[in-house]
Amino acid sequence: MNSTLTANRDSGGAWVMGVLFALGSIVSLLWMAKAASPELGFHAFLFFAFFTLGCFVLVKRHYDMAANPAVPVAGDDVGYMDGVIRAGAIASTFWGVVGFTVGLVIALQLAFPVLNFDLPWTNFGRLRPLHTSAVIFAFGGNVLIMTSFHVVQRTCKARLAGGLAPWFVFWGYQLFIVLAATGYLLGITQSKEYAEPEWYVDLWLTIVWVAYLLVFLGTLWKRREPHIYVANWFYLAFIITIAMLHIVNNLSLPVSLAGAKSYSAFSGVQDALTQWWYGHNAVGFFLTAGFLAIMYYYIPKRAERPVYSYRLSIIHFWALIFLYIWAGPHHLHYTALPDWAQTLGMTFSIMLWMPSWGGMINGLMTLSGAWDKLRTDPVLRMLVTSVAFYGMSTFEGPVMSIKAVNGLSHYTDWTIGHVHSGALGWVGMVSFGALYCVVPIMWNRERLYSLRLVGWHFWISTIGIVLYITSMWVSGILQGLMWRAYDSLGFLEYSFVETVEAMHPFYVIRALGGAVFVAGSLVMAYNLYRTMRGDLRDEAPFVGAPVRAPQAAVAAGE
Amino acid sequence: MTYQTVSAFAQSWGLVFLVVMFGTAVVYALWPGNKSKFKKAAHLPLEED
Repeated sequence: MNSTLTANRDSGGAWVMGVLFALGSIVSLLWMAKAASPELGFHAFLFFAFFTLGCFVLVKRHYDMAANPAVPVAGDDVGYMDGVIRAGAIASTFWGVVGFTVGLVIALQLAFPVLNFDLPWTNFGRLRPLHTSAVIFAFGGNVLIMTSFHVVQRTCKARLAGGLAPWFVFWGYQLFIVLAATGYLLGITQSKEYAEPEWYVDLWLTIVWVAYLLVFLGTLWKRREPHIYVANWFYLAFIITIAMLHIVNNLSLPVSLAGAKSYSAFSGVQDALTQWWYGHNAVGFFLTAGFLAIMYYYIPKRAERPVYSYRLSIIHFWALIFLYIWAGPHHLHYTALPDWAQTLGMTFSIMLWMPSWGGMINGLMTLSGAWDKLRTDPVLRMLVTSVAFYGMSTFEGPVMSIKAVNGLSHYTDWTIGHVHSGALGWVGMVSFGALYCVVPIMWNRERLYSLRLVGWHFWISTIGIVLYITSMWVSGILQGLMWRAYDSLGFLEYSFVETVEAMHPFYVIRALGGAVFVAGSLVMAYNLYRTMRGDLRDEAPFVGAPVRAPQAAVAAGE
Repeated sequence: MTYQTVSAFAQSWGLVFLVVMFGTAVVYALWPGNKSKFKKAAHLPLEED
C-alpha cells in the first residue's frame, strides 16, 4: 500500500516535469526562430534539445515502469539514491580533465602567443573564462553536488528528497555548463569575472540551483538522525549563499528577449563592489565552505576516526560565515571605493586567519594517533595535503589583502599563483581524495583499482603545483617590482613590454607545472575508470600497510 | 531611507545583532550539556558507507 502510494506520487512528479519540459521545448523552439544572432539560436537549440530529450526519457521511463512495475517501486523510499552520485563522479572526472587541459592551453598561449592562432574562438580572452568556469563550476560544482548528495544521505540516513528532482539538478547543471562554455567561445559574455554567462543562462542556473536547495533541504527535513552533521551545515551555507550571490550580482536587464546582450543594474563603483562581493564569496562559499564539508566527512571516514573536535568545527563554521562575507573589498584597494570600505575588507580578511587555521588544525589533528596511515594510504595523504594547502593559501590570502602588500601584488602573477595554490592544492587535491573515496563505495568495489597509481597521482600533481606556484611567486614579485621602478628623474624604469619579456621563462615553467598536473588527472581518470569496471590491479601493498582483512578472517575463524 | 540612516543602523544595532548571534553560536558549541550530543554526532561519518 505504502509503496503504491509512493510510486503514484513519484509518477505524479514525473507528469508535472513532463508537462513543463514539453512547454520548455515549445518555448525554446519559438525562441530559436526569433533569435537575433546565430549564436543565440544555437543556445536556443541546446535548450530545445535538452527539453525534448528530457520528454523522451520521461515517456520511456513511464512505459518501462508500466511494463515492469516491480523494479522502480521497490527501490523507491527505501535505500539511497546512488545513481545520481555515480553520474556525478563521472561528470566530475570528465570536466576536471577538460578544465585542466584548457588551463594548460592558455598557459602555453601566454608563453607562446602564436598559439592564439589569430582566430576569435581560440584567443586567450575567450579561453580564459572557459578555463576558470570549467574548473570552478564544472569540475568543482559537480564534485560538490555529487559529494553533498552522498554525505547528506549517509549522515541523515535518508534517501534524497524530491523523486526525480536530483536528476533534474544533475542534468540541468550540465546544460548550464555547456551553455556557459559554448557561449564564451562564441563571444557571449557579460564580462563579470566568474559570472560571465549572460542573463538567460543565469536564469536557468537560478532554476537549477533552487531545485538543488529544495532537494537538500527536503533530505534534511526527513532525516532519521536527530543531529545534522556539521558537513551538512557547510553544504547548506554553500548552497544558500551561492544562490544569494548569483541572483544579486546578475541583476540585469536584457536589451531584447531575442538577444543575448544585457546591462547590469549597477554601475561604476557600486558595480565593482557588487562584483567583488560576489567574486570573493564565490571563493569563500563555493571553493571554501563547500570543500570544507568534504574535509569534515571524508577525512574522518578515511582515517576511521571522528573529527578532532566537534565543538571547534561548529565555531569554525560560524566564524567563517560571519567573517567571509565582508572580505570582498580587498579586491578593490586603491580604487574609487571609499577608503573605509577598503580598510574594512582588509581587516576582515586578516580576521579570517582564525577560522581558517582553526579549521585546518581540526582537519589535520583528526589524524592524531593515526599518522602512520599517511604512509600506507595515499588517498588519505592526498586529503591531508589538501588541508595543508588550505592552511597555506588562507595564510597567504590575508597577507596579500594588506594594502601595502597589495600595492605590490595586485594585478601581478602573484595573485594567479595564490589562486592556484588554493585551487590546485586545496580544492583539487581534496576533490581527488573525495573521488577516490566515493567511486569504490558507489560501484560497490572492494577497493580502488590501484593504490600505487594514487601514489603516483599524488606525487605528480604535487610536483606540478610546486612548479606552478613557485614560478608565479617569482614572476609576480618581479613584475610588481618592475612596474614600480623609477629612475632618478622620476620616469618609469621599464616599458610594459619589457616586463612581459622578463616573464617568459616563468610562463614556460608554469606551463610545465600545468602539463604535469594534467598528466596526474589522466592517471586518476584511468584509475577510476578501471575501478568502475571492477578491475583490481595485482600489486604489492604499501610497506607497513596493516593487513586488515586476513586478520579479521582469522579472528572470525576463532 | 538615506545612506546615513542605513549606515547608522548598521554601525549600531546591526553590529550588536551580529555579535550577539555569533556569541550565541559559540555558547551553543561550548555548552557542557551538548557534549554527549556532539560526541555522538562526530561518529556519524563512520556509521554508513
